[in-house]
Amino acid sequence: MELLECKNLCKEFDHKEILKNINLKIPKGKIIGLLGKNGAGKTTLIKLINDLLTPTSGEILINGKNPGILSKEIISYLPERTYLDKDMNIKQVLVYFEEFYSNFNSNKAEKLLKDLNLDINTKISKMSKGMQEKLQLILVMSREAQLYILDEPLGGVDPATRDYILDTILSNFNEGASVVISTHLIADIERILDEVIFVDNGEIRLMSSADELRTKEKASIDEIFRRYFKC
Amino acid sequence: MDYIFDNERPIYIQLVEMLRIEIVSGKMKQGERLPSVRELALIARVNPNTMQKALVELEEEGLVYTERTNGKFVTTNSELINNIKKELAQEKIKKFLNDMENIGITCDEAIVYLQKLGGDINGITRM
Repeated sequence: MELLECKNLCKEFDHKEILKNINLKIPKGKIIGLLGKNGAGKTTLIKLINDLLTPTSGEILINGKNPGILSKEIISYLPERTYLDKDMNIKQVLVYFEEFYSNFNSNKAEKLLKDLNLDINTKISKMSKGMQEKLQLILVMSREAQLYILDEPLGGVDPATRDYILDTILSNFNEGASVVISTHLIADIERILDEVIFVDNGEIRLMSSADELRTKEKASIDEIFRRYFKC
Repeated sequence: MDYIFDNERPIYIQLVEMLRIEIVSGKMKQGERLPSVRELALIARVNPNTMQKALVELEEEGLVYTERTNGKFVTTNSELINNIKKELAQEKIKKFLNDMENIGITCDEAIVYLQKLGGDINGITRM
């Protein structure tokens, strides 16, 4: 059984097709790049998988079951925009996660926060954007999930923070778990990907092993992506 | 060592090349136990699956072997290491001579240059 499967998945908003007939399987133990330009449909697909939107037609299966309460235990999701209450301090956020998710490993989160020299009494509103992104990632990666879905984890952060984020992903995903990373910043991330999925205009245009694609096209994933989707 | 990758070539092949050099140069010693795949992946900052693939390749070459339940080790076969070292040297020399040819220096002339250097890289500036 696949960890995640989408079958003939379609999503319309106001009779406009945002996702067209998406078929995709995500196995265990892989890091997958969901790559596409802005507006390609990446976030819509992720929201459908996370049960935040309902498909117009087609089906999503997570460990063989439709999205719902059970799949929220399986998936750890990093949304594009932060949802943390800015008036909370870090300690309160940790308690919140602990109460909300049975698979949240607070020891791990505390250790990662300590490595960042973050005082847990700091209010979220007092933290820089980069720090908030790091905190959010730590929270998501500290859950012992089977599938991590990270929507634009590198958006708007400096190169040093980018390295920190990649390292944190690599060193913290559970063995046997999979990670889906949606991004348009391909060059920064392609080194850690097993598989790539190109999404354009609501459709999957290509699915391949990253190294096989490099061998075939004799170019970087970033370069190949640019060739495919030249504006 | 620094693991810097060229995104245009498969990452696992680049890892194989880097680890091969570590072994033939003796930086990784014969019979030395390798860190776990996950540890190695973290050091090189790559996906554990990619590191695994690279190690499988090195194992096929014979440079690395697995002891069941005990992990992976660098081969103690010096002959194999020397052969691979020679192959690598030949590749580098071929490339060097090619580069020389491109700037109009024949193989014989290149050899004369090298002899003048007498094994001293810094001698280049004195030539």
